[in-house]
Amino acid sequence: MATSRLETVKVSGANKKHKVLLYALSTCAWCKLTKKYLGENKVEYEYIDVDLCSEKDRETIRNDIVKRGSEPSYPTIIIDNKLVITGFRKDKLREALDL
Amino acid sequence: MITLEQVRVRAEADARTAGCYLNPDKEFLNNLLEGLKANEERYGYPSCPCRLATGKFELDRDIICPCDYRDPDVAQYGACYCALFVRKDVFEGKKPVEPVPERRPIDKQNRAYGATAEIGAPKPSEKTAIQVTREKSQIQLKMWYCKQCGYVCFREEPPYICPICKAKKELFAEITMQTEPKTS
Repeated sequence: MATSRLETVKVSGANKKHKVLLYALSTCAWCKLTKKYLGENKVEYEYIDVDLCSEKDRETIRNDIVKRGSEPSYPTIIIDNKLVITGFRKDKLREALDL
Repeated sequence: MITLEQVRVRAEADARTAGCYLNPDKEFLNNLLEGLKANEERYGYPSCPCRLATGKFELDRDIICPCDYRDPDVAQYGACYCALFVRKDVFEGKKPVEPVPERRPIDKQNRAYGATAEIGAPKPSEKTAIQVTREKSQIQLKMWYCKQCGYVCFREEPPYICPICKAKKELFAEITMQTEPKTS
């Protein structure tokens, strides 16, 4: 899988029900809200700040998002390697993560 | 070096000029201002904190804050894409701030993915090429003038308020060119 080569930051949490991958920007306030929300709900997740990674990794991430039929906007949250949520949408996250 | 306070003062002035407001959520606003500051230090200009920039001025020009998409987004959704700027009803808490869909054309977004994006991307078929051109032509810039003070601008829609005399949008009129040949 293309994403396995990316260096993600792992945030530990008690809720390990789903595999959560977050593509974010270090400067983005919506991405910060997403990280905060996942943290508050003790969701275990991995994230990568796209603006801080290499050009090659940026391209890998873009391809990964586009391949899933979504647009490269941030935050992009990928749940269990299938469901993609673009933007910080609390209701959708709550539903997808059974919070 | 630019301070956070300078970034805040500039954003406040930009909001006043355009007749909109800064996000009323203090923590959220601070995060955005920090993001703008970080981008200004990285790239030399305050590109949108919620969009991926190339670091090349010419390619990021449309997403330098206040971005080209702010006014139509504030008018339609009550906030710009990153939600730094909001409409009056949102500022007053009458309507919540919600994520705004990306208005920036995808070909411009793709610039941030560098040379590899161009090589790796499949060549557009004739069909997609036509679609892209059509999409571009949908944005129709027009000339508008403020009937109160005479301020002229060239954009899709007149501004929410006149940046010079603060007249409302309704006081703008389109300038249409006389194309018929003159009769001598």
